[in-house]
Amino acid sequence: MARGVLTGNLRKFTGGETEVELEAGNVRQLFRALGERYPNLRPHLEESLAVAIDGQIYQDAWFEPIPPDAEVHLLPQIAGG
Amino acid sequence: MPNDVKTGSLAPDKKLKWVGTRPLRPDGVDKVTGRAKFGADFSLPGMLIGKVLRSPHPHARIKSIDTSKAEVLPGVKAVVTRDDFHDMESEFVPAGEMLVNYRDMVRNVMAREKVLYDGHAVAAVAATSNAVAKRALKLIEVDYEPLPHVIDVLEAMEPDAPLLHEDMITAGVEPAPDKPSNVAKVVEFAIGDVEAGFAQAEVIVERTFQTKPVHQAYIEPHACVASVSEDGQAELWCTTQGHYVVRGHCARLLGMDVSKIRVTASEIGGGFGGKTVVYLEPLALALSAKACRPVKMVMSRDEVFRASGPTSGAHMRIKVGATKDGRITAAEADLKYQAGAFQGSPVQPGAMCAFAPYDLENVKVVGYDVVTNRPKVAAYRAPGAPISEYAVECVIDELARKLGLDPIDFRLANAAKEGTRAAYGPKFGPIGLVETLQEAKAHPHYTAPLGPDQGRGVASGFWFNIGGETCAALNINEDGTAALMIGTPDIGGSRASLCMMAAEELGIDLDRIRPIIADTSSLGYTFLTGGSRVTFASGMATIDAAQDAVRQLCERAAKIWEIPSDAVEWEDGYAKPAGANAGDFEPMSLAEVAKVAGKTGGPIVGHAQINAQGAGPSFGTHIVDVEVDRETGRVTVVRYTVVQDAGKAVHPAYVEGQYQGGAVQGIGWALNEEYIYGEDGRLENPGFLDYRIPVASDVPMIDTVIVEVPNPRHPYGVRGVGETPIVPPMAAITNALADALGIRFTELPMSPPKVLEAIGEAAAGG
Amino acid sequence: MAKVHVATTINGDAVEFLCEADETLLDVLRDELHLTGSKEGCGSGDCGACSVMLDGRLVCACLVLGAELGGRAVETIENMADGEVLHPLQRKFLEHAALQCGVCTPGILVAAKALLDKNPEPSETEVRYWLAGNLCRCTGYDKIVRAVLDAAGEMRGELTHAE
Repeated sequence: MARGVLTGNLRKFTGGETEVELEAGNVRQLFRALGERYPNLRPHLEESLAVAIDGQIYQDAWFEPIPPDAEVHLLPQIAGG
Repeated sequence: MPNDVKTGSLAPDKKLKWVGTRPLRPDGVDKVTGRAKFGADFSLPGMLIGKVLRSPHPHARIKSIDTSKAEVLPGVKAVVTRDDFHDMESEFVPAGEMLVNYRDMVRNVMAREKVLYDGHAVAAVAATSNAVAKRALKLIEVDYEPLPHVIDVLEAMEPDAPLLHEDMITAGVEPAPDKPSNVAKVVEFAIGDVEAGFAQAEVIVERTFQTKPVHQAYIEPHACVASVSEDGQAELWCTTQGHYVVRGHCARLLGMDVSKIRVTASEIGGGFGGKTVVYLEPLALALSAKACRPVKMVMSRDEVFRASGPTSGAHMRIKVGATKDGRITAAEADLKYQAGAFQGSPVQPGAMCAFAPYDLENVKVVGYDVVTNRPKVAAYRAPGAPISEYAVECVIDELARKLGLDPIDFRLANAAKEGTRAAYGPKFGPIGLVETLQEAKAHPHYTAPLGPDQGRGVASGFWFNIGGETCAALNINEDGTAALMIGTPDIGGSRASLCMMAAEELGIDLDRIRPIIADTSSLGYTFLTGGSRVTFASGMATIDAAQDAVRQLCERAAKIWEIPSDAVEWEDGYAKPAGANAGDFEPMSLAEVAKVAGKTGGPIVGHAQINAQGAGPSFGTHIVDVEVDRETGRVTVVRYTVVQDAGKAVHPAYVEGQYQGGAVQGIGWALNEEYIYGEDGRLENPGFLDYRIPVASDVPMIDTVIVEVPNPRHPYGVRGVGETPIVPPMAAITNALADALGIRFTELPMSPPKVLEAIGEAAAGG
Repeated sequence: MAKVHVATTINGDAVEFLCEADETLLDVLRDELHLTGSKEGCGSGDCGACSVMLDGRLVCACLVLGAELGGRAVETIENMADGEVLHPLQRKFLEHAALQCGVCTPGILVAAKALLDKNPEPSETEVRYWLAGNLCRCTGYDKIVRAVLDAAGEMRGELTHAE
């Protein structure tokens, strides 16, 4: 089970929950599981979020593996100048 | 030499021949002889000149636009207005640089219902000469109904403020407001319990800060040439940080297939984030399609200031508490960022970065994205971070002084390190903030004596850096030379660093590799030059492409030797049998294998197409000495030192260049630069005379220390370095002024009149 | 309005062109003669990217009218190298990495050469004040100033050697 942490405004789409235990082997499976549990979060998942797996930030990386017991943070995507 | 390189703990395991050296850049001679072609240097036969009619009003409804007189002027070949662009649905879609709302973008490139800022485009013409185009603009009649405007961020948030978008309901607030406002979005990041944290604090500093919008102020104005043929095939040459992103935006705005637009990036005369969006390009394409002739468009400097960039101005409240022994217990920030006419200020990254350099348990940051009657902001070097971190670093300094602690020691006691949970959520990997603080403290600058009316300040800064979608191709030529194709426009010498990595992998001399920035039809999609990603991500793609080529070279040698390909290894530019068991063959050089490529299977081309992950954040710490002229209020920077973690400096001279350039841009932001609007809502300083960026006589030499804490996710340890250097200067200078004068400034810029006034007030107040 | 016919000397070559009365020297160089090495950064004499020599004097080409050029001599960045040999300033700019985007570089090189022609041994402060009319947004000026000082030193060395 991975431990997911939702940062920033995301808890507004999860009824206030910020931490969630989920079965997910990769980022796409994580998004799917989150979308099933929190339908309001679904539109934000694939387009606008980055995922940090044990601290390392991934952007647009559906198939990045999530190790068991990993800590996964969902945060806004980052660009730059 | 004042410029040092300090290598961190993870020493690279292979000996490097090119990476870490300072060779001449491959595009250098073109740039010192005037041969290099920038955006405005390109021409085509039969080319028309395009010009834009811009709004003189900060806010007005467009009742009608009559272009009939302009259209019949001899020499005018096309006129476009809002009627030539389809309206777009309001939806945020990924388009390279974060999320883009094409409904806003189509309105920004050409006003529809209303003009929303002084300089907003309302029509464009293409004519046979500059003079005819200018005359044509004067013949276009626009009937405006002026509306009340709002320039200031706090005024824009008032309940009775004029509304820019009558349907804008603040996002990120539950329940959703029932009335529209100029607040597009509220973002929030929180960890721990700030109230409990402040209750433990023995000293608290709370202040409000204000910054003004500042422009990227690249020296080269926006420019492009568009040529659309009768069958709808379009060619576009333009100065941009990302020609693939330009292609995508233009295709969407003009309803064209992506395949029909080929974009070639010219040499780019500075960008700093400001050339990541489109302004002229869709207009030039629309004009060219209408006229069936090539159209060139170049912005004047006045247009650059009025209608492109800048970054947000902001109003901020920062509160930080600490125990007497110097441990921060809680930190809180409210950030109100101007977005300009359309939503999308960098308040979100600003909020995430605000406290990133510190290891904190209790943090709360709330950010507001606020529209005002100003040009829509564009990315500017670490977008959002210099603003929030400026305010935080001033408060950190004041807190240190109140506690009687050395400001570097106070930072060290609270510094983020590997394993620290960042205030925006995840834990940091290996990072170099502590190393930059230690190097700064040990630097002779930090303890050098100060003269009269001088003061010293320090500040730290953080930026994430990014990776992203990137392609590279490496063609091995028949004579053993190579051509490297990359998709990220080179603004600061990246062709040199990328070729160095290719030379390192191939084991051939640097001058045998010629780099080109490929056009959008020659190489796969590549995200733009931004987010300090090029040396990291295009570097990764280049290394992958070179390794792909090396694999093929080894395979060919294996075929020739009639041994398995895994029995061949690549070393210093030669294919060699891997060990005695593989057989006894004379090593073959790259040139020897390349020469017979046609006979052994065909051309050898290395390819890489990746979405680079694992960008390493970069931290920096700056030290600055200022001297104040008490009679005029002029502040002079007399000494400056930048210490920053580069991970690995591939070409140290260009890393130093990023540090120095970022510091000086920050000096301008701190001391002089600001957008000044009149009561009428018009920009009063749209030129370099009154919008004064630093000149050579304003600044001293900028000393640099390159710290190298390798990024474990890059083959050579590279982190991005381009953006972080603009984060610390504003606070470092503010802190130096506090040291010199005992006065805490809370507004930027600290221009002579403001400094003089503050000195006067302090004297009057005793 | 009829165009003005002008006969002038550009980079040592006799040149004739037609220009509108309000066209600048910079417009003529870039649009009529296709010498695009001189850049337009502001059009108001504030950035120095269009620095050229006019009868031996450093000017912003955007502040001179094309119609004024009759019988005069203009030198641009395109004529700074001697054949295939770069001017020491050009070489030192490359060695010191004194350019990033490079759009200000032609103007800065022309201005720096004008300084060294006048003052072969400038101090750092003299270099900084002389180049104060040439904006660079990328480098922070550090490496530019070092390159100019280094080129000046080398050029003095060459002169001494020649004596």
